Amino acid sequence: MSKRVLLGLLLACGLTASALAQEPKAGGVINAVIQPEPPGLMLAMVQNGPVQMVSGNIFEGLLRYSPKLEPLPELAESWNVSEDAKTYTFKLRKGVTWHDGKPFTSADVLFSIEMLKQTHARARANLVQVDKVEAPDDTTVVFTLKQPFGPFLGIFEVGSMPMVPKHLYEGTDWKTNPYNNAPVGTGPFMFKEWQKGSFIRLVKNPNYYEKGKPYLDEIYWQVIPDAAARSVAYETGKVDVLPGGSVENFDVPRLSKLKDTCVTGAGWEFFSPLAWLWLNNRQGPLADKRVRQAIMYAIDRDFAKDVIWNGLGKVATGPSASTIKFYTDDVPKYPYDPAKAKALLKEAGYKGEKIRLLPLAYGETWQRWGEAVKQNLQDVGINIETIATDVAGGNQKIMDWDFDIAFTYLYQYGDPALGVGRNYVSSNIAKGQVFNNAEGYVNPEIDKLFADGAVATPDSKRKEIYDKAQKILAEDVPVAWMLELQFPTITRCKVKNLITTGIGVNDGFKDAWLDK
Amino acid sequence: MLSFVAQRVLKGVIVLLAIVVLNFFLIRLAPGDPAVVMAGEAGASDQIFVQQLREKFGLDKPLPEQLFIYVKGIATLDLGFSFRQQAPVAKLIAERLPATLLLTLTAFAISLALGVLFGTFAAGFAGTFLDTGITIFALIFYATPIFWVALMGILLFSVTVDWLPSFGYETVGANLPGFAHVIDVAKHLIMPAMTLGLFFMATYTRMTRASMLEVKRLDFVKTARAKGLSDSVIQRRHVLRNALLPVVTLAGVHAGTLIGGAVITETVFAWPGIGRLMYDALLQRDYNLLLGVFVTCSVMVLIFNLITDLVYRLVDPRIEFAS
Repeated sequence: MSKRVLLGLLLACGLTASALAQEPKAGGVINAVIQPEPPGLMLAMVQNGPVQMVSGNIFEGLLRYSPKLEPLPELAESWNVSEDAKTYTFKLRKGVTWHDGKPFTSADVLFSIEMLKQTHARARANLVQVDKVEAPDDTTVVFTLKQPFGPFLGIFEVGSMPMVPKHLYEGTDWKTNPYNNAPVGTGPFMFKEWQKGSFIRLVKNPNYYEKGKPYLDEIYWQVIPDAAARSVAYETGKVDVLPGGSVENFDVPRLSKLKDTCVTGAGWEFFSPLAWLWLNNRQGPLADKRVRQAIMYAIDRDFAKDVIWNGLGKVATGPSASTIKFYTDDVPKYPYDPAKAKALLKEAGYKGEKIRLLPLAYGETWQRWGEAVKQNLQDVGINIETIATDVAGGNQKIMDWDFDIAFTYLYQYGDPALGVGRNYVSSNIAKGQVFNNAEGYVNPEIDKLFADGAVATPDSKRKEIYDKAQKILAEDVPVAWMLELQFPTITRCKVKNLITTGIGVNDGFKDAWLDK
Repeated sequence: MLSFVAQRVLKGVIVLLAIVVLNFFLIRLAPGDPAVVMAGEAGASDQIFVQQLREKFGLDKPLPEQLFIYVKGIATLDLGFSFRQQAPVAKLIAERLPATLLLTLTAFAISLALGVLFGTFAAGFAGTFLDTGITIFALIFYATPIFWVALMGILLFSVTVDWLPSFGYETVGANLPGFAHVIDVAKHLIMPAMTLGLFFMATYTRMTRASMLEVKRLDFVKTARAKGLSDSVIQRRHVLRNALLPVVTLAGVHAGTLIGGAVITETVFAWPGIGRLMYDALLQRDYNLLLGVFVTCSVMVLIFNLITDLVYRLVDPRIEFAS
């Protein structure tokens, strides 16, 4: 008994000591890399990766998400869902102010939703099930849905639904509003300076509603366009944080071994980037399921993971990444098996017709991956022609359905209703748009499953539906799933608590501190 | 001389107009438009989104109307609005122009000074080891891709010996006052300017050397020698001066292209100049910004061509201004 007490005391002391050792320290400046330079910082108007990374510090959403994608409070301190799962009531935090000192209220939420419906394609899609939004008082917002929508609590992070100051945007031309280039948010950091082509400077918000936070005084986002130069900037101590994707993959092992360097793959759970090859199901040999399956067997995805991505990531099993809700690996599998690929091609009667492969112009890693896939496919007798283009040209070709095979990677946003179904349902086949059902896959059963899955309750029912959908898709191979990508974030070890949520560096640096 | 300048300016305006029209159509020939790029980056798109973007960029209007609007803008010195960057094009270019001018003019001065100096030496010692040495030295920098020289420079001077900063225009966040700031910028400038300068130096070295050797054989040099002038005077006053004409021509051409031609150097060294602005605008199909940069570069080329013609006259007074 006394031993137990002693052990308990020792443990308690140990815990206190470690807690003390980890007590955040205030002050300091972080230099981080941003690539490419954001076109603007107004998150409601532009939503690409770099904009989210910088502006995630300036703006905030109603919620954040844990690495397990559970909702966490941000501008909303609590929420509840009605019995019929059609009414969501959010209680906003009291005492929150915009960076210009004006109070943040439910009127701002209502305005933001109206604005985002017009400027933010993803928000518009996410809000399609919303019947009405009301603000009974300054700190309450009530969403009433047309029907239950399973992933509804998953659409409120800062990149998906940033809150916009009504008093600065209402009645103005949003496109040319001067605050687009000097944004005003409620976030832990305030915009201070942007020297185009050089750096963006954010400073601590002294009136932030979470007392004591943020810990850092300033953040400098440095614009360094060349990947090798970004590596050198880290090596020579000029920057402390290389967010995921900042350096070429082949540089990651070398940089990871540098003194006082910490590497983490965390912080991508919400986005769950999944790489695949669009296969044009409409015409030619790829219209035959057996040819598409042969492509899956022909590609050595372990090689791609181990060699091209330096062991980072995971071989994908199907349309869902393993990190999002309702994932199952109980689906038909496609291990690397060139013999089987050849047999399937023969069975399908493939006669060496030319197939055009469109790699992704995102740098050296993607270039190499394109070459590896080309070689894999040639090895089983597929006649591949690589088409070289830049990102804009590539997107245009995919939008015009002018391709046979094309590389891509897309975010899944935590739930199949938000980031998976869009690529397989036939209602999403539309020429002239990107990131929809570009492959032209039509299966009424899949359409029904995704339609049902989005509105089914409870979650066990949704799981049943999505399990079935994943199985059918893995059998039909509308696209060739490659890897669940992992973009490691490299930092000096003195940078603590940089990534605390499933949204990672895009969620702002409000918890980060420097152990000087 | 005034009528000469006026005539050249008039011709320049016509050339500029042709450049604008040609580039306007050339840019639109490339597949992919700004709406596509922005929709792609946003991670989602629907018909409304793409249509909104097209309207925003003015891409929903017929092509001749777009051209008319653009040319009308140029005539009033309005280069348009970059919706991508949410700022007037002229402002974006003006922000970047000083950095580019600083880099390219320094590189230009380095290349011209070293090129003429080495070329003169090489000609003076033609056929000797010194001549071969200079030629090889120059050719190495000419034959090696700029990005490679840049990266090796960074490896040696930033990573290994840590003498010079590897990127940027100044030390970010240092907020240095007065002269300390000048020194700071100079330190950042050395590597990019040398990288760019050494590449062009090779051409001047070869050109000066060849031209001097040719002039040396002419009769007036023999006459000068017969008059008893010293070798250095002959080299400097008679040979070099006459040999410089082709170098001036080449320098005029280079100076114009340097403004937009420093893309690689600016990219590797994260130098916030026009070259990178142009490159990004191209990738993002930011038509107005891209055209704006093209117009600026064209104006620079025309200005430098005019300056070259005027310098001809200074170098060789026999050349008359045709009016």
